[in-house]
Order: sequence, then C-alpha cells, then structure tokens
Amino acid sequence: MNDSGAMSAPLRPALGSKSDPGGPAVSALAAARLVLARDLKLAFRKRSQLVQPLAFFAIVTTLFPLGVSPELTVLRPLAPGVVWAAALLASLLALELLFRDDAQDGTLEQYALSGRSLTWLLAAKTAAHWLLTGLPLALMAPLAGVALGAPGRAMAGIVVSVAVGTVALSLIGSIGAALTLGIRRSGALLSLLTLPLDIPVLIFGARATELAIGGEAYGVPLRLLGALAVLGLTLAPLAAAAAVRINLE
Amino acid sequence: MAWTWFHRLASPPHVYRVAGRLTPWLAWPAALLIVAGLIGGLWLAPPDYQQGDGYRIIYVHAPSAWMSLFVYTTMAVAAGIGLIWRMKVAHAVAAASAPVGASFTFAALVTGSLWGKPMWGTYWQWDPRLTSELILLFLYLGYMGLRSAFDDVQRADRASAVLAVVGVVNVPIIHYSVVWWNSLHQPPSLMYLGKPTMPPSMYVPLLLMLLGFTLFYGAVLFVRLRGEVLSRERTASWIREAVRP
Repeated sequence: MNDSGAMSAPLRPALGSKSDPGGPAVSALAAARLVLARDLKLAFRKRSQLVQPLAFFAIVTTLFPLGVSPELTVLRPLAPGVVWAAALLASLLALELLFRDDAQDGTLEQYALSGRSLTWLLAAKTAAHWLLTGLPLALMAPLAGVALGAPGRAMAGIVVSVAVGTVALSLIGSIGAALTLGIRRSGALLSLLTLPLDIPVLIFGARATELAIGGEAYGVPLRLLGALAVLGLTLAPLAAAAAVRINLE
Repeated sequence: MAWTWFHRLASPPHVYRVAGRLTPWLAWPAALLIVAGLIGGLWLAPPDYQQGDGYRIIYVHAPSAWMSLFVYTTMAVAAGIGLIWRMKVAHAVAAASAPVGASFTFAALVTGSLWGKPMWGTYWQWDPRLTSELILLFLYLGYMGLRSAFDDVQRADRASAVLAVVGVVNVPIIHYSVVWWNSLHQPPSLMYLGKPTMPPSMYVPLLLMLLGFTLFYGAVLFVRLRGEVLSRERTASWIREAVRP
C-alpha cells in the first residue's frame, strides 16, 4: 500500500485551493478523473484481487448444476436467476474493498479535506469499481449463461443487462460500503444493508435475461434497469459522501 | 413564537417530561380501541361467505402490516429531521421506533402465513405483499444491525439515519418491482378480500384496530423514547431530578 501515497500526488494541486474559490487548480470533474485513473492503476497492481470476484462468480454458477441437476433442460429455466444471483453476490463481495484501503491509509480523509466535492470523488471511485468488477462480470456472464443452457443468440442481451444492472449495484453498494467504513468484519452487515436495496435490480435484470434467453424483446426491463442506474447515479454518490463524512468525523 | 414548540422538542428534559405525561393518554385509548375492535371483529362481525371464520385474522394482520410501513416512515422522517437539524431527540425517536416496527412486520408476516394456510393451502406463497413485507423486515434488521455496530451513539445515529432515508426512497421501488415480478410469475387466481364489498360490521372493527394499533405504537414509542433519552443523558444533572421517586 506504500504506493498509494505517491499515487495521490496528482491530486495535490487541488489541496489547499479552498482559500481560493475563484480559480481552483483542478475542477471537480478533473479531480474525479484523476481519482478514477488512480484507482484503476492501483487495481492493476494487484491483479489477483481483480480476478477474485470473477472466480467467485464462476464457482457460484458451478454450484447450481452440482446441486440441482446436470440436465440442461432443468438448468435452462434457472439460468437467468442463477446468473443474476451470482453476479449480485460477486459484486457484493468486491464492495468491501471499495473504500477500505483508502479509509485505512487516510486517502479518503484527504479527499474529504481537499475542498473538492466529495460526491464527485466518490462517484469516480464507484465508476472505477464498476469498470473493475461490473464490466468484467458482464463480459463473463454469457459464459455462465451458455454453461446453463442459454442459446448463443442470448449473449448480447445478457451482456447488456448485466452491464447496466451492475452500474446500479455498484452505486447502491457504494452507500452500504460507505456506511460500514468504520466497522470491522463488516461483510455480513454490508450484505444485510445492501441486498434488500438490490432486489429491484435483481428482478428487472433477471427478467431481461430471461427474455433474451427466450429470444424475445427485452427492451422494457432493460430500460427499467437503466432507470434504476440513473436514479442511483443521481442520488447514491450524495448519500455515500454523507456516510463517508459521518465515518470520518 | 410559532416555532418554539419545535425548538423545545430538542430539549431532552422537556421531551422526557412530555412523553411521560402523554403515555397514558395514548395507552388507555389504544387498549379500549383494541378491545372494542377485537370484540367487534371476532364476535360481532359476520363470517365471510367464502372464507368462513378464517378471514378474522385480518383484524390483526392488516393493522400490523399498516403499522410496519407507518413506523418505517415515521422512523425515516425522524432520522431525516435528526440529520438536517442535528436534533438528538429525533434520532432517539428513530432508534426507539425500529424494534417496534420490526415486531409489527414480523407479526404481519406470521399472521399472513397463518392466513395463507387455510386460504392458499400453504403457509408461504411468493405473493407480492408477503414478499415486500419480508424485504421490509430485512430493511429493519439492517437498520438495527448498523446501529448496533457502532459504539459511538452519535455516529450510530447519523449513519443509520442515512440508511433509513435511503431505505424510504427505495421502499416504493421495491414494492412496485415485486408487484411487477409477481404479476409475471403467478397466475392471478388468488382472491383477496374485496375491500369495497365489506359490510360496515366487518370494516368498522378493522378501522378501530387500525386506530388502536397506531395509538399503541405512540404509547410504546414514548415509553421507549424515555428509555433512550435516559440512557443518552445518563451523565446529565437533570436526570437526578427527573427520576427521583
């Protein structure tokens, strides 16, 4: 974690500019972009942590044929639910890491004190989190779908619905992760806080996937997923920023 | 002067006194209404032409389900007031409400599943109302879990307040998504009691029970609120005066 201090160096022009509201060195958006780039770079230095949620997703998907039946005719109707439950759990597993390292080494505190909008910085962190977990999960989901008997033509639908749905999951999760920042062994509590709020995403996502597997138009549930993602985008970073400030006090 | 009553609510000794004075005024009417509603519902109301006497559990089920949402809303509003005006007493109201609301939710789930056995032939149906009620129970448990995870009361107050506000935004979304999900997966063969077709002898006891449960919540809230205030202000000097027999 020694490198994280060096990595926050690009933000330094932003620090101390609070006294100079007329001409901040870095705009809110530029600061957010720096945070995004920093988080991506840090994540790629620990590749094993990137792979873990994906491996978890694969294992959870494997449990169902083993636990239910190897027959594809039995598994096919279960495929949307299995893919979505596994994606939900994998994204939840990765959430614990969203703020933890930055909270422990004081980076979050620096963000809060930087005079930049904490909301934007956390939105950038959440965007990085989605790029690192949600997007790979979306690209991997069709594999799980095919393994569970989904036809090849359903691929695009599965990728798009998981990609849009995980945006909402990352955003909702960022609130839970921010609320449980100061709590040790927060895993179970984080799931208890986050999963009930994730239920609409699960319902619309599984429905879109089900329609895609059936070869039907999945536009309606996909748009509802998009609506959830947009609602999350407008409100979740605000709530997460409030929660982070509470936990830093 | 219009706002003095509001500002005085921020004073723990004042709230402690007022809550103590109001409790019997809520508790006795609540007891009377609930007894009257039970007599009306369990004896005086006629049996349903389809469900016989089985429907009578509605007199506990419907008020509990109503209270589970009412308490959650109250809790979220109190938490929001606490966050915005930094009012400790509002946080105490939210903290005191959560276990009461969770109990009502649990009661609604148990009575709903008991009602399901004679009506549906099974204790549990993935029916939209039961499912949203179950999710509501998880929301309550999450709120209480988050609150208990902090040692510092103020931090617990404010973190759980954020969660309550986020939750109350989500409750309608969750409810309608569950209704939508259910309408796809379940044939609409289940019949509910048609509310408008209920005769007055059936719905008057129900209204009495609703009002009685609401007042009962008020009374329990005030008793619990006094406990919360006492434990939060345990080092304050006014406590010695207040609890002297």
